[in-house]
Order: sequence, then C-alpha cells, then structure tokens
Amino acid sequence: MTIHLTPEILNTVTVTLFFAGVVAVTLAGAVIAVAARRLVYSVSGLALSFMGLAGLYVFLNSPFLALMQILIYIGAVCIVIMFALMLANPKDEPSLLPHHVLVGLSYLLVAGMLAVGLMMVIAKSHWMPKAVQINSGTVEDLGRALLTQFGFAFELISVVLLLAILGALVVARSGRRSQS
Amino acid sequence: MKTIMDVINFIIHAPGSLSVYLAVGALLFAIGFFGFFRHRTLVGMLVSGELILAGASLNFMAFAHFRAADPVVGQAFALFIMGIAAAEAAIVLSIMIAVYRNYHSIDARDLKEMEG
Repeated sequence: MTIHLTPEILNTVTVTLFFAGVVAVTLAGAVIAVAARRLVYSVSGLALSFMGLAGLYVFLNSPFLALMQILIYIGAVCIVIMFALMLANPKDEPSLLPHHVLVGLSYLLVAGMLAVGLMMVIAKSHWMPKAVQINSGTVEDLGRALLTQFGFAFELISVVLLLAILGALVVARSGRRSQS
Repeated sequence: MKTIMDVINFIIHAPGSLSVYLAVGALLFAIGFFGFFRHRTLVGMLVSGELILAGASLNFMAFAHFRAADPVVGQAFALFIMGIAAAEAAIVLSIMIAVYRNYHSIDARDLKEMEG
C-alpha cells in the first residue's frame, strides 16, 4: 500500500516529529538531572527538561505558560540553584549508587514499578468525554480569570512569595554573627 | 498489518492525545522520585523535587486542555505551582546556606546531629 504525501500529511508528520523531539528533550533532561554525578550537570539537565516542558506547553495551546516556564524556572530557579551550588561548593557525589548496589537497584525498581503502574492506569482508564469549552484559553482569558475567578489565590500567592523572601533572608542571615 | 497501521496512526496523532501527555507526566514523576532517593546532596534532592512538581503541572495542563470545560483553570493552576515552586526553592536554598555554615557540608548524610 502506498501513502500519498499530500501537504496536509506532511504538515502532520512535521508536527509529530517536533512533538517527539520535545518529549525526548524533556525526558532526557530529567534523566540527566537524576543520573549525573556532578551537581552542575544535574542542574543543567533540569534546565533542559524545563525547556522541553515549555515546548509541551506550546503544544497544549498555552504559549504564555511556556514563556513563564522559561522565565521563572530556567531564568530564576535554575540560576538560583546554580548560585547556591557555587556558594556551598559541595563535593561531587562520591559514588553513582549510594552505599550499596542493591540499595540503588531497589530505588530503580521502585521507581520503575511506579512508572509502569501509572502507565497501566493511564492506558486502562476511560476519561470522561470532552466537555464543551467555554473559552479557548487565550492569554486574555487567562488574565481575566486570574483577576476575577482566582483573585483571592492570586493575592494569597503574592503574600506567600513575600513571606518566602523574608523567611529566606532571615534563615540565611541567622548564625552569621556568631561566626564572625 | 492492521495493528501496524494502528500504531502509525497513534504515533502520528500523538500530539493530540491526552494519554501521551499523561505518560510523560508520569515518567517525569517516576524519574524525580528515583532521583529523590538516589541523590545524596540537598541540591540533588531539590532538583528531583522540581521534576516531580513539573510532572504534576503537566498533568494539570493536559487535563485542562483536553477534558475541562474551562482550559484557563489548568493554566492558572500551573502558574500557581510555579509560584509555590519558586518560593520553595528560595526557602530551601537559604536553609542550605544556613546548614552549610554550621556543618560545612550539604550532603544529606552528614546532617545527623539528631540521629539517635
């Protein structure tokens, strides 16, 4: 049987290839973040994984979330972790597998069982049918919902962030005087 | 032959199917879970925790896009998860600096003053 390459099919195939690339980047970054022996590589893998996740968000029709993902996670969280790494200057992890090979294998086994079990649940379950969407999830809809429907949570999270900044300052400053 | 065509069909339409996103989210969660136990330093555990949170927000986004009546809810939830994760990272890093000042190490196994 032959498949005729119409522009429509070609377009779909291109989109699918991009999607596969994005998924591969996400998972590869996650594996690097977990398996790397040096912590700098670990944080770089995390940044790579977040880059792929931003691509997945674009596929999920929310480019604003993708930009926020890059801005907040890669631009802020990963950089801050990197800074802390430079300040604390930890030793590289002594061995790839912690104290015993069997212990490391058991971690791998548990995580693998978790993944397989979740996959089976995903494959077997029947989700409810697609609901009629009341809006198309554009940036405008998101902004309106954030300031009306989620107004309280929005204000609350700004208080949480303020308290986190103050708490971080207090915790990081305490004990400085006793040392000097 | 039919099953091969089914598989090709599934792969071609993967960007539009809910279960693919859920599978990626589940894999992120499992990888983060593994890393949480494997890493011996606090930074490694923080990185793994971020991976777990990323898997959770991908799940929210996928369900909101494919099933929910209001796709904005998932986006707002993912935004709030980002805010919480940023606050968490700031707090954890300041704790790490305080710990490093006292113990001169951020290896989780060195912090055993309260070990019985």
